[in-house]
Amino acid sequence: MSWGLEDVRVSYGRRVALHAVTVPVDPGRVTVVVGGDGAGKSTCLKAMVGLLQPEAGTVRRPAKEHIGYVPSTAGLYADLTVQENLDFSAVAYRLPAGRRGPREAEILERTGLAQARDRLGGQLSGGMQRKLAVGLALLHSPELLVLDEPTTGVDPVSRMELWRLISGAAALGTAVAVATTYVNEAARAASVVLLEAGRVLASGSPEAILRSVPGAVGTARGGGTARPTPLSWRRGPDWRVWAPAGDLPAGATKTDPDFEDAVVVAELAGERGR
Amino acid sequence: MDVLAEARQVTMRFGAFTAVDAADLAITGGEVVGLLGANGAGKTTLIRLLLGLLEPSDGIVRLFGSAPSAATRRRVGYVPQTLGLYVDLTVAENWSFTTAAFGYAGTVLPETIAAWRGELVGALPLGAQRQVAFAVALSHRPELLVLDEPTSGVGPLGAARLWEQIRQAADGGAGVLVTTHNMEEAQECDRLVVMADGRVVARGTTAEIIGGRTVAEVRCDDAGRAFALLDAEGFPAQLEGRNGVRVAGPAAAIADLLASKGLTAAVDVAGANLEEAFVAIVTDPA
Repeated sequence: MSWGLEDVRVSYGRRVALHAVTVPVDPGRVTVVVGGDGAGKSTCLKAMVGLLQPEAGTVRRPAKEHIGYVPSTAGLYADLTVQENLDFSAVAYRLPAGRRGPREAEILERTGLAQARDRLGGQLSGGMQRKLAVGLALLHSPELLVLDEPTTGVDPVSRMELWRLISGAAALGTAVAVATTYVNEAARAASVVLLEAGRVLASGSPEAILRSVPGAVGTARGGGTARPTPLSWRRGPDWRVWAPAGDLPAGATKTDPDFEDAVVVAELAGERGR
Repeated sequence: MDVLAEARQVTMRFGAFTAVDAADLAITGGEVVGLLGANGAGKTTLIRLLLGLLEPSDGIVRLFGSAPSAATRRRVGYVPQTLGLYVDLTVAENWSFTTAAFGYAGTVLPETIAAWRGELVGALPLGAQRQVAFAVALSHRPELLVLDEPTSGVGPLGAARLWEQIRQAADGGAGVLVTTHNMEEAQECDRLVVMADGRVVARGTTAEIIGGRTVAEVRCDDAGRAFALLDAEGFPAQLEGRNGVRVAGPAAAIADLLASKGLTAAVDVAGANLEEAFVAIVTDPA
């Protein structure tokens, strides 16, 4: 059974936040919803877990007690210790008394927070807070785990530890949906949904998105030069140029696009379509 | 090109705590330097030292060839992660206020932000706010630009547009120092300086930082099981795509381990990416 959104439409007043958005979330896999601020990522995830009701479309999700959700802010109690956060969540999720101790110990071990069990949630570093929040959402071994930007602003060491936790959940069969602004996190996912201004610009496996880049991508020398074409962007000291019909301008050499190029091309195509 | 800002063997102690430990850093006109490090590595303290906002316990700091002062600081543009804009003022009002403060009143609003002239900054999307903060920081034509996580929260195309402006400033001769946790952003820089525990532990281009570091790439039908086996053995592993696991560890030992558990898998050696190299460097600086 696959979870997620199908043709979901959500509006805030007169502003349409999601237009017919489809996000399939399969068990045992990580689906990444990638896009910038205001793209609609949080709205997608809130609709997925049932925090808001779409106007149209279908949402498939397990019963509430089988969902783990971490919002983009907090996801833990700052005034409770790490241990108290675990105890509180274990009760809230109605974990059987006999399961609580061992499961809490397991989560402390997996999040690397055993040494910090007596510290207040609010006193942990940003990375530790995110790990605790994800750990709390995993406490009841959910069927669907939904994480809203768990790695934003987190340093690379904590980010790698968070992805180890996320991978571990998927490896046990959990369906995982993660929102992020980082393209390299999308590049590693099993499935990607690229969202901008509430619309899906591309979706599928990273390989499929890469294969579907239309036309040609080229590289032109930077260094004081103006944008070679309107469909160009900077990559390090060079320019990348996208020619939708395959006709690269003089001075640009054809380049095999990488996933980051593919995402920018999809965004440029979306911009042209608006 | 001239060295614009330089820290030579700079140390900063706060009581018994050494925040920056004999660090060297130099930024030359026309280049984009990325300053990387985990939280608490000393990046912010080093920047404050470079700008003369802190007096070093030891070592020498030079900003445009002399000790940092109010006069040299005027030649620096700084964009903090929080942007430093007035959210209750319009874009045009933010522009007038800042240009007047720097003694450039009457400077024309640049075309990159002109479309939002009458909008309140707080009502703009984050990508647009970042464009405004950049334009404002560049308004007095700074020779050194210091940017903290310049594209945080912005989508890939928005980030590319911001980098266009950063590159334009560097192409025009400015030196740029970028601090970031985002390894994609780091790869946009010409060279990188990596800090851990107050010390500079690596420096060079992305390729030089990665060096010969490799990871093992496991392909198999049951990637979940491969991940679980490797994870249980303490290997730092991550799922990759639908049938892959990426592991920091020796490919041969990983292949043997998976085979001993009866798992059929192809294990290849792959070049590490910058994030993997960074984690390896800062978790084991020796």
